[in-house]
Amino acid sequence: MAANAFGAAIKRREDPRLLTGQARYTDDFTLPGMAHLAVVRSPYAHARIKGISTKKAAAMKGVLGVFTGRDMKDAGFGGIPCAWVVPGSDTKTPAYPPIAIDLVRYAGNAVAIVVATDRYLARDAAEAVEVDYAPLPVVTDAEKATAKGQPQLHAEAPGNQCFHWKVSGGDVEAAFRSADVVVKERIINQRLIPNAMEPRAALAQYMSGAGELTLWVTSQNPHIVRFLLSLDTGIPENKIRVIAPEVGGGFGSKIPHYPEDAMVVFASKTLGCPVKWTETRSENYRGTIHGRDHIQDVEMAAKKDGTIVGLRAKVWANLGAYLSTASTGIPTILHGLMLSGAYEIKNIHEDVYGVFTNTTPTDAYRGAGRPEATFMVERLVDLVAQKLKMDPVEIRKKNFIPPFTDGHPVATGLVYDSGNYIGALEKALQMLDYPGLRRKQVERRKKGELVGVGFSTYAEICGLGPSQVAGAVGFGGGLWESAIVRFHPSGKVNVFVGISPHGQGEETTFAQIVSSELGVPVEDVEIFHGDTAQTPMGWGSYGSRSTPVGSGALMGAIGKIKEKARIVTAHLLEAAVEDIDYADGKFYVKGAPSKSKTIQDVALMANVAWNYPSGLEPGLEASAFFDPSNFVYPFGTHIAVVRVDAETGEIKLERYVAVDDCGRVINPMIVEGQIHGGIVQGIGQALWEGAAYDENGQLLTGSMMDYVVPKADGFPVFELGMTETPTKVNPLGVKGIGETGTIASTPAIYNAVMDALAPLGVGKIDMPLTPERVWRAIRSAKPGK
Amino acid sequence: MQYPVSITVNGVPRKHPVEARLLLVHYLRETLGLTGTNVGCDTSQCGSCTVLLDGKAVKSCTVLTVQADGAKITTIEGLAKNGKLHPLQDAFWAKHGLQCGFCTPGMILTACDLLAKNPKPTDAEIRHGLDGNLCRCTGYQNIVAAVREGAARMAKA
Amino acid sequence: MYSESFEYFRPRTLAEAAKLLKKHKGSRLLAGGHSLLPAMKFRLATAKALVDLGAIAGLSGIKAKGKTLEIGATTTHAEIAASPLVRKSCPILSEAASQIGDIQVRNRGTIGGSIAHADPAADLPTVLVALGATVVAKGPKGVRKIRAENFFVDLFTTALKAGEIVTSVVVPSYRKGTGGAYFKHPHPASRYAVIGVAVLVQMEAGKVSLSRIVVGGASPTPVAVDSPEDIAGAISDPLSDTYASGEFRVHLATVLAKRALATAAERA
Repeated sequence: MAANAFGAAIKRREDPRLLTGQARYTDDFTLPGMAHLAVVRSPYAHARIKGISTKKAAAMKGVLGVFTGRDMKDAGFGGIPCAWVVPGSDTKTPAYPPIAIDLVRYAGNAVAIVVATDRYLARDAAEAVEVDYAPLPVVTDAEKATAKGQPQLHAEAPGNQCFHWKVSGGDVEAAFRSADVVVKERIINQRLIPNAMEPRAALAQYMSGAGELTLWVTSQNPHIVRFLLSLDTGIPENKIRVIAPEVGGGFGSKIPHYPEDAMVVFASKTLGCPVKWTETRSENYRGTIHGRDHIQDVEMAAKKDGTIVGLRAKVWANLGAYLSTASTGIPTILHGLMLSGAYEIKNIHEDVYGVFTNTTPTDAYRGAGRPEATFMVERLVDLVAQKLKMDPVEIRKKNFIPPFTDGHPVATGLVYDSGNYIGALEKALQMLDYPGLRRKQVERRKKGELVGVGFSTYAEICGLGPSQVAGAVGFGGGLWESAIVRFHPSGKVNVFVGISPHGQGEETTFAQIVSSELGVPVEDVEIFHGDTAQTPMGWGSYGSRSTPVGSGALMGAIGKIKEKARIVTAHLLEAAVEDIDYADGKFYVKGAPSKSKTIQDVALMANVAWNYPSGLEPGLEASAFFDPSNFVYPFGTHIAVVRVDAETGEIKLERYVAVDDCGRVINPMIVEGQIHGGIVQGIGQALWEGAAYDENGQLLTGSMMDYVVPKADGFPVFELGMTETPTKVNPLGVKGIGETGTIASTPAIYNAVMDALAPLGVGKIDMPLTPERVWRAIRSAKPGK
Repeated sequence: MQYPVSITVNGVPRKHPVEARLLLVHYLRETLGLTGTNVGCDTSQCGSCTVLLDGKAVKSCTVLTVQADGAKITTIEGLAKNGKLHPLQDAFWAKHGLQCGFCTPGMILTACDLLAKNPKPTDAEIRHGLDGNLCRCTGYQNIVAAVREGAARMAKA
Repeated sequence: MYSESFEYFRPRTLAEAAKLLKKHKGSRLLAGGHSLLPAMKFRLATAKALVDLGAIAGLSGIKAKGKTLEIGATTTHAEIAASPLVRKSCPILSEAASQIGDIQVRNRGTIGGSIAHADPAADLPTVLVALGATVVAKGPKGVRKIRAENFFVDLFTTALKAGEIVTSVVVPSYRKGTGGAYFKHPHPASRYAVIGVAVLVQMEAGKVSLSRIVVGGASPTPVAVDSPEDIAGAISDPLSDTYASGEFRVHLATVLAKRALATAAERA
């Protein structure tokens, strides 16, 4: 069975502890003498802090301390660092104090902290902190914020402009001049709230005697948090241990190093006891990063035969009030460089303005920049098709990059690794019986039904990434990965990795890799992650990188183990190393396969070293680091079939077909699960989700009562198919699959709804496509348009 | 002001003095150390805190501990018997009905209530029955398959 | 998430409950707690003390009483939705109860609590007005019977006087030839009724001889009309929020009323 582990849909190793309530998430931890921290947050989106009175709160029951931003600063704690500054974009990086000192810049900005013996008492005292605010005018819209006369958030960013970034390829002016048709659209890719089910939490224990800090935190990347904490707390990096225990989802929202991480460290250091903070969901809606929030003016130029000749766009990206850890890279590098999509678009130009507003900071959220690109491209392609009266399938086929396995450069400067866009599309069309569907659509339309089919043929960039590219684009770290594979004398294996999964299943898939490569039963392999004291340096789990990059490191370590095993086997069998081969869990002499040793035999001998090659180090452990040569580019075709109720504007999802290609598949059940979850999040953006602010910077969708997190009701069974186009970027030929569902589904649903409404001549509808918005669009439609 | 409560949790009688405002979910997690039940929201939407109270699924974040005085509570920790997983736990495992696991205890306990009232639900009934349980990871498809599988296993038992 | 401190009482009789309410200024009644506790957790509602009705025997349960059903105030939505008595005699009530919130909410929320809260986005008030139900309340001056249409006075305001406690709701059973339907457009996040339309028809010789349409969710209290076309005129200043404007609510109500009428007629 060992050799068949790769590609098997085996049950997950993670599940027993999760199913029985034994898993320990950050808020599950208690330490002796632990206190609880509550944050006092500004109700104003923009205000000067005239004064803070903590006396009443400090005198309340159970209170151990009440602190302000000034207290934290005086104790030597610095601002929250921004870890991504894209070169050539004139990026401003204003200070981001963990607790506001003079000014609050968004509703939810921390202004004081209370530490008490229990969480209820901490909240009681937090309510008693008196803050005197002088409200200031507010701006929440990114385009508006750059206009003259708007409230200025940061002195160093005039016009509230954080950066101006451009991407250019070919000659877009010439392309538009030569075009037969040009379509234009203003797209609002609306702000979303990530809503990982586990709210954020942080528990700090600072031990002054040793000068050591342990921080349990809901992070997707504990090593990055450790590094950034060393910068803003002044505690040396090698005296910080960050532990990401069980983490309940992240979707990007648990990448950043947040102010609260530093607050609990400060409190623990100051009070000499462990301090824990756990956010409420309402706090999460204000204090945890939001995603997306682009205003996009876009144009696509094409020839009358459907050839797309150019794409031009101007984007205002709302960064919120402060720069979060990776904020600036999301609407630039991870977005603009993917504007060619799955197509051969030779002339591209985009200007992106990153803008500060009095809203919650934005950062990576599932897809992080690519949904904003894919929606733009897939929508415009449909608009061109509509204008040319071309089938949306035909125009896509016409413009696809033809299948390739050895790299394909695109106008933005990227080189995609491998792709077979037509293959995925044809498979999806077959699964759906596309001609039959269109015939049925004609019949149903005759009966007055508003039924539509929508396409999303995407290619996306993930598997972050080549470190040289990271450096070149201003990412403040590397993007390689690490793994240590350690064989015990008994032949059991521990693997320590630098990635930090939080639901994606690498404890299972990486065990499957070890099993299939070395012949160890899957159940004999334990994967450890998340504790910086135990694992090698790594860059965490986001950007669908854990498998494509993490597996590269794992394979590197496995390769070293294999090589050492061959040497040990050769010694034990008295053969030449060159004569030792490996297959199905056995190291054997070429031509005499009965002369063999298992990896368990080797592990035992390497650990006891009784009969051992001289000069060879004992032990059977190897570490490896893997820096990929490129990103990886999964792709696919999603097709949605919807029916619109003309009277109520409600949308019914009738069918959803998804064909995705993530190269070789380690565990199909886990891959499908990632796709399901991604699809629902993307449908959420299309139909229900959207973080809305009023003109005073108050979050109108302030809780789960108003912000729609999709529920189980109303989804059809997603019909999944896969194609397999391996990549040469990593040894296993695997690509990421964590974000593709979200990237693909939003435009698939949107295009389907617009197809359903097409006979009515409706104009543009902004997402989310709520029943009211659809109803109003139908009412103001101009038939025959 | 403290109020004495006597609550049977996973078959074990527990007695504690508690404040009136102490939510049942905090009593379970912090007083009893049963951290399997999770807190995911503050408006009673998400269902991560679901436990069985006298056999019925309730959101323990919206029940005061004092209201549960005299009741029998089952949390996720109480489902497996003598190391043997409950059929629903087995089913969620078999069908990959969980990813990060945070919503899972609540999801399974709601499914217990759903199946107690409707042992052979349709997929639509399962989806509707899980209206009070949010999941951000799985997209629900495998959760529905898991509940269906759990129902089948419970019918055989 | 964390409410302020309060005292807690769990009386065994209604008389005791009334005494406690009177004695402790700023005290409130607690039944299912699924409207009160969320508000208290946000500190939007406060109470010096909570008087829990959950241990009072005889306050919950469904009994047939002649041509009516008497439903105790602390009967849960789940009990109403599942009750064979209700399903047989007054199915629109179980239909509405089964659409409240979700399984967990229905296991705790009570009919008495729901109507005393008088949330315009609730489901039961709309159906009770359509049915012509009667609310029975006990107070210092004795028992009072209040018609449902007079019980809901304004947003979160009922006709209950100080010291009165709802003890039961009396619901007329369907006559022969009655058909009913409760159609709801739930808010996709909270599942409260953006619009809830309760329709009851009386059929005679295959034709609708009487119809009663009540719309909830568009105004502070449920609004009764004779026909769907009357809805727009009857609701001049509809409620609105970021999800649905007043204009859309009125339109939805009209559409749902037409559809519910057709279904109610089929079911009669």
